[in-house]
Amino acid sequence: MSNHFELFGLAPKYALDAEALERAWRAVQASVHPDRYAAAGAAERRAALAWSARANEAYRMLKDPVERARHLLELAGVDPRFETDTAMPEAFLERQLELREALAEARAARDAARLAQLREEVLAAARAREAAIAERIDVARDYAGAAALVRELQFLRRLAQEIDDAHAPE
Amino acid sequence: MALLQIAEPEAASGPREPRRAVGIDLGTTNSLVATVCDGVPRALPDEEGRVLLPSIVRYLPGGGVQVGYEAQAHQGDDPKNTIASVKRLMGRGLKDVARSGNAPYDFVDAPGMVQLRTVAGVKSPVEVSAEILRVLRLRAERALGGPLAGAVVTVPAYFDDAQRQATRDAARLAGLEVLRLLNEPTAAAVAYGLENAAEGVYAVFDLGGGTFDFSVLRLARGVFEVLATAGDAALGGDDFDLRIARWALAQAGLGEPAAKDARRLVLAARAAKERLAQQDETPLVCELADGRRLERVLSRATFERLTADLVDRTLAPVARALRDAGLSPADVKGVVMVGGATRMRHVQRAVAEFFGRAPLNDLDPDQVVALGAAMQANVLAGNRPAGEDWLLLDVIPLSLGIETMGGLVERIIPRNSAIPTARAQEFTTFKDGQTAMSIHVVQGERELVADCRSLARFELRGIPPMPAGAARVRVTFQVDADGLLSVSAREKSSGVEASVAVKPSYGLTESDIERMLRDSVEHAREDAQARALAEARVEGERLAAAVRAAIAADGALLAADERAELERLLAHLDAALPGADTAAIRRAADALNRASEPFAARRMDAAVRRALAGRSLADLDV
Ligand SMILES: Nc1ncnc2c1ncn2[C@@H]1O[C@H](COP(=O)(O)OP(=O)(O)O)[C@@H](O)[C@H]1O
Ligand SMILES: [Mg+2]
Repeated sequence: MSNHFELFGLAPKYALDAEALERAWRAVQASVHPDRYAAAGAAERRAALAWSARANEAYRMLKDPVERARHLLELAGVDPRFETDTAMPEAFLERQLELREALAEARAARDAARLAQLREEVLAAARAREAAIAERIDVARDYAGAAALVRELQFLRRLAQEIDDAHAPE
Repeated sequence: MALLQIAEPEAASGPREPRRAVGIDLGTTNSLVATVCDGVPRALPDEEGRVLLPSIVRYLPGGGVQVGYEAQAHQGDDPKNTIASVKRLMGRGLKDVARSGNAPYDFVDAPGMVQLRTVAGVKSPVEVSAEILRVLRLRAERALGGPLAGAVVTVPAYFDDAQRQATRDAARLAGLEVLRLLNEPTAAAVAYGLENAAEGVYAVFDLGGGTFDFSVLRLARGVFEVLATAGDAALGGDDFDLRIARWALAQAGLGEPAAKDARRLVLAARAAKERLAQQDETPLVCELADGRRLERVLSRATFERLTADLVDRTLAPVARALRDAGLSPADVKGVVMVGGATRMRHVQRAVAEFFGRAPLNDLDPDQVVALGAAMQANVLAGNRPAGEDWLLLDVIPLSLGIETMGGLVERIIPRNSAIPTARAQEFTTFKDGQTAMSIHVVQGERELVADCRSLARFELRGIPPMPAGAARVRVTFQVDADGLLSVSAREKSSGVEASVAVKPSYGLTESDIERMLRDSVEHAREDAQARALAEARVEGERLAAAVRAAIAADGALLAADERAELERLLAHLDAALPGADTAAIRRAADALNRASEPFAARRMDAAVRRALAGRSLADLDV
C-alpha cells in the first residue's frame, strides 16, 4: 500500500508537525497541479491530474487525526477493525450516551451556549485521546492499545460533527 | 521555503505570440467577458461600449434569437419567450424549479434537466446559456482579432456537479474551449489578491442575482488556497425583488397577477430596490396590462424589514464555512464584497456586524469575477513565464457519497476537500449469489439519500456468485480540477468493471451535444471541416512543442530506445502537420501522446522529488 508520509518526505509518526505537512503539500502541488499543465499534452495532463489527486488525498488523510492513526496502524500491519470490533469500555459508552442526551436536549432547546460548551467538552476529550494515541504509536509502539483509543476518538469526532451540524440546521 | 519553479512545457520554444484567452462570468443577471492585454486585465465592451450583457435570451418566431439588452426590452411584453435568470435552471429538474416558484415560463418536464417551451421550440437551459456565451465569444474574437485558444468560465462555488456539468456543456455548445471552470469567489480573490498584494486569510462574500457564495481563502506567496466554501445556490437579489413585488400586491389588495404583470412588477421592484441603496424612500410604479396603475412609496426601513430574513440566510453559510475552516470571524483580515446585491445597505451592515470590521468594497463588484477569470485564463494558456504565475488550490463545495442500505448516504469525499481528488471505498454484496450491484451517486450534506441531489445511477454486472459479504467492490470517485466527478467500480476477485462520467441523471449526453452543435445555425455556416483541421493542427503543434520541451528538460529520464521512439513519432507528427488530412494529424498526435505517457509519469515523479528536495532538512522531519 502507498505510504502517505513518504509521498511528502515526512517521517511516519502520529505527532505530525502540521506546518511541515502543509509546506510539503504546497510544494508538491506547486509542481503537479493540473493548472501547471493546462497547455501540455494529454499524457502530461493525465499524469498531473492523477498525481495532484493523490497528493490531495494523502494530505487530507494525514491532516485528519482518525485517518492518520488508521494509516499508521495499516503501515504497521495492524488491522484496526473499526467496522466490526465494537467492544468498547463500558464507562466510555455511558459517557457517550450522556453527551448525546445532552446534545439532544440542547438542540431541542436551541441553547447555543450549551451547544458551545458541549462542543468544548467533546473536543477536549478528543485532544486527550490524540495525545494518548501519539504516546502509544510513536513511543510505546503499542498498536493494539492505539487501535482502542482510535475507535474512541472516532466516536468523539462524530459527536463533534453532530454538534456542529446542530449549530447550523440546513 | 521558496516555491519550486519548473519550466513551463513550452518555455523552450522561446518568445511567441500570447494565446488568445478570456475569462467569462456567466452570471444570473449579467454576463461579461474579459482578457489580459499587456499584463492588464480588462473587460471587453460591445459595439456600443457596454461591458455588461444582461443574461437574457429572447426566442423569436422563425428561429431568430436576441440576447442581452435587446431581449431585456421585451421582458414585459413577451415573457414566455424571453428567458431571464436561466442560470437558476441549470442542472435542475422540474421538481427543484417548481419549488422555487413563480417563473413565468412554460416548463417541460424532461429526464435530467427541465426544459422550456418557446416559439422557437423546446429549449434546454444549456442551449439558452450557450446563446449568451456565443455572443461573448464573438465579441472577444472581434476584439482580439481571431479565434480563441480557450476560456475560463466561472461558476458559483456552491454549484453541484450537475450544474457544473451543464455549464461546461453550454460552453462547448457555444464553441468555446474550456480551460477551466473556476469558482466565482476564487476568481474574485485572484483579482483582489493580485491587485492589493494581499497576504493572509481573506473571505469573499458574493451575492448576485440568483446565487450566494461565501469562500474563505489563505493568500500566501503566490498561492491562493481555498480553506472552505459554503453558500446557497438559490438565494440572490431576485428574491429581494419578489418580496417587494408581493408586498406591493398585498398593499394594493391584488391577487396573483398574470405572467406579463408579474414580470413588470418584478422589474419595477428591482429598480426600486436598487434606488434604495442611495435613497431613504422611493416610488414604486407599475403599469398593469389592463391599464391600471399600481403606485406605492417604499421606504428603506420597510424594505429592510421585508427582507431581513433573506439577509440572515446568508449568515448561516458564512458561519459554516468559518467553522469548517476552523476559524473565527476575527481571524479574517478582510471580506471582499462581490455581486451587485452586496450594494444593499443591510447586507453591508450584516457583514460588518458579523466580522466586526467594515467589508472591502474597493473593487467593481460587477467586474471583479470576470477580471480574475481572465487573469487565470492568461496563466492557463501559458502566457505568463514560470515564476510570475500563481497557484490556485480549490475545494469541492458539497460532500459526495453513495447510497447504502436503507436509503442512507455513505460519504466518500467530504465537502471542502481539496481538488482534484480521488478516493476509493470498498463495498460488498448484501445477498448470497448476488451478481449485480447498483450504485447510486449523490451529493449533499444530509444523511438520507432522499434529501441529497441524485447525480447518477449505474450498475456493476457480472459479479461471480458468492456468499453475501464476500465480494469486494471498490468504488473510486475522481473529482478533477473543474470540480467534475467521474466514478468507476471494480469487483476485485473477478476484475469486473463499470464506470460513468457522471452525466446520466442530470445533463446532456455527448451525443446530445454533438447533435446540437450540428444543428446550430452558426456551425452550418462555418466550414466544419476547415475548423476541424485547424483545431487538429493547433493541438498537434501544441503537443509537439510540449514533448520537445519535456525532452529538453528531462531527457535524462528516458532510455535511449524510448527517446528514439519519441523522436520518431515527433518526426511523424511534424510530417503530418502541414498536410490537409485531419485524421492523419490526429492519429500521429494520439500515437505520440500514448508513447509519451510513461515519460510524463516519470517527469511528474521527478518534479515531486525535486519539490521536496528543495525544502530544508528541518522540514523533512528526519
Ligand atoms: N444598487 C443596487 N442595489 C441593490 N441591488 C443591486 C444594485 N445594483 C445591482 N443590484 C442587484 O444585483 C443583482 C445582480 O448582481 P450581479 O452581480 O450582476 O449578479 P449575477 O452574478 O447573478 O449576474 C441583481 O439582483 C440586482 O438587482
Ligand atoms: Mg456573479
